[in-house]
Amino acid sequence: MNSKTLLYIVKRVLLALFTVWVVITITFFVMHAVPGGPFVGEKATTPAVQAAMEAKYGLDKPPLEQYGTYLKDIVTKFDFGPSLKQRGRMVIDIIADGMKTSMKLGLIAAGVAALIGIVLGAVAALRRNKLIDRVIMVITTAFVSMPSFIIGALLLALFSVQLRWLPANGSTAAGLVLPIITLALYPMAYITRLTRSSMLDVLGQDYIRTAKAKGVSGARIIFGHALKNSLIPVLTYLGPMLAYIVTGSLVVEQIFAVPGIGRQFVSSITNRDYPMIMGTTIILAALIVIMNLVTDILYKVVDPRITLE
Amino acid sequence: MQKKHFTFHVDLDMFNPASAKDKEYMVQMRPSSTFFKDGVKRLYKNKVAFVSFIIIILITLSSIIIPFFWPYSYEDQLGVQPGKAVDASYNNLKPFEYGKTEQALIDDGESVFPHIFGTDSAGRDYFIRVIYGTRVSLAVGFFASIIVLLIGTLVGSVSGYFGGKVDLIIMRIVDIIYSLPDMLMVILLSTVLKMTLTPVIAGTALESIGANIISLFIVFALLYWVSMSRLIRGQILSLREQEYVLSARATGAKGKWIITKHLIPNCISVVIISAALQIPSAIFTESYLSFLGLGVNAPMPSLGSLASEALNGLASYPYRLVIPAVVISLIVLSLNLFGDGLRDAFDPKLND
Repeated sequence: MNSKTLLYIVKRVLLALFTVWVVITITFFVMHAVPGGPFVGEKATTPAVQAAMEAKYGLDKPPLEQYGTYLKDIVTKFDFGPSLKQRGRMVIDIIADGMKTSMKLGLIAAGVAALIGIVLGAVAALRRNKLIDRVIMVITTAFVSMPSFIIGALLLALFSVQLRWLPANGSTAAGLVLPIITLALYPMAYITRLTRSSMLDVLGQDYIRTAKAKGVSGARIIFGHALKNSLIPVLTYLGPMLAYIVTGSLVVEQIFAVPGIGRQFVSSITNRDYPMIMGTTIILAALIVIMNLVTDILYKVVDPRITLE
Repeated sequence: MQKKHFTFHVDLDMFNPASAKDKEYMVQMRPSSTFFKDGVKRLYKNKVAFVSFIIIILITLSSIIIPFFWPYSYEDQLGVQPGKAVDASYNNLKPFEYGKTEQALIDDGESVFPHIFGTDSAGRDYFIRVIYGTRVSLAVGFFASIIVLLIGTLVGSVSGYFGGKVDLIIMRIVDIIYSLPDMLMVILLSTVLKMTLTPVIAGTALESIGANIISLFIVFALLYWVSMSRLIRGQILSLREQEYVLSARATGAKGKWIITKHLIPNCISVVIISAALQIPSAIFTESYLSFLGLGVNAPMPSLGSLASEALNGLASYPYRLVIPAVVISLIVLSLNLFGDGLRDAFDPKLND
């Protein structure tokens, strides 16, 4: 790693930190547009919570001062305040609880999508314009055009309601199968198409021809040369894939009643639990920003041919 | 004749009037083709894009025309008549079933317009709700992409044209907006705008559109113009430096000529293509928000809210989910395929 790469990484980290700060600021001030401000609940809030808020943020003080306290609490204590609707619980605890289930769901979905996507994409590229390639391309085109909630709802209707093969409730292990499939289908289709086009690109390169001319076996060319190099563009999809899975999980957890962060977020929107909305937005946004950062850096480090700006 | 160099002697043979045979070479065999005509011809030959185009036109036309003559409206609860008790027999009708009073009319020999897709749980004709929902989703997609197109073009061309500090500042802002997680920001802004806009627009003409849809447009105007403006800026920057612009300038072309004859025709196809591809993504976002309950206001349907409502009666009425699901997938798929076809036909850089 040379100094240029290091400089790039430092610059990228600073931009990411700045972006997270922008997210916190936007979230706070947008929420302040709500009548009464984000820390004042409607009738359902208990006086105890309201008093805690009053003591914590000083609700009679100007918004800028409340913002300062909010930002300071996040940075120093990772504290997003108490929930307005779930009595006696802190926002960060609720998020940590939901995150366990959601992380499991998201990581398995991402793994399944990457594995199947890469295999299908490689098969399609190696059998270009054959029947199997056409079938794979048609199916992936269809999946890319279907919103995740449509896929989820259709799977639920077919496998849980009509056939009764899998439970509709996502709180058990068997119940997580359908949510995982739902979340994985779109990224899988996308990775398939990505792998196929980049594999076709790599197969046309000179070094593949050289390997063939040297008499390297077909399997070695595919696994040792072609696949390894064609996975680099797939790597760049990691960040967007996570963003997709995070937003997808909001609806998927809703459809299958998975007790995860997405469901908490959606119900906090309907309940108008403002500190919860703010906390979840900030944490999920930070997660996406960090993942994009990791992807970008990985991409530059893995492929030495890529020139840094 | 011996050829003489360096002479002012003119060969008069070269100045004879053209013979009929010479004139034949000058006849235009066919009218000269323009860039646009070429593109349309290429698009016409692309079977997939052509079929997608037909599907889009059919869906759009039927969503506009059918509500005019359909005997039911998307908000009429058929079992609710003024001055009478609610007739629950109209709720949750299966396709081609009739309510009690309608059945009585049929038994008397009168004809009643069928409920092709039955009715929903509130006794509203489901077919017209799907049609109307399609109209709402298409309109949102179309107007949202127009907003994105306008703002993106304006900011992008200002940034590319002025360059320097203006460009630097605009592009830094674009970078930051670009790195924000868009969906989360959309949800956040829609939640807040919905609450703050509802009292503001109460009683005005905007109320019929609904606070949610307006906030959706505002969100698109705030967040989604960035990629469009980046594209336009890049186009303008690279086109400005092209050799044909230089040669036009060298032969004395003025700014107006260069802009109308060189910059706009070379830029416009890219702009239109990305605007066309923006429509399905806007439809995606709207249906996603409607599904979360942040989209259209009830009783107005959109394809997303129809699918979301259908989840409650999934065991008995699965077709209520399947129908909007098929329509939305068909719209997004054909818009994407048509957009791809447009790009293949009109992007001059792809033609070898």
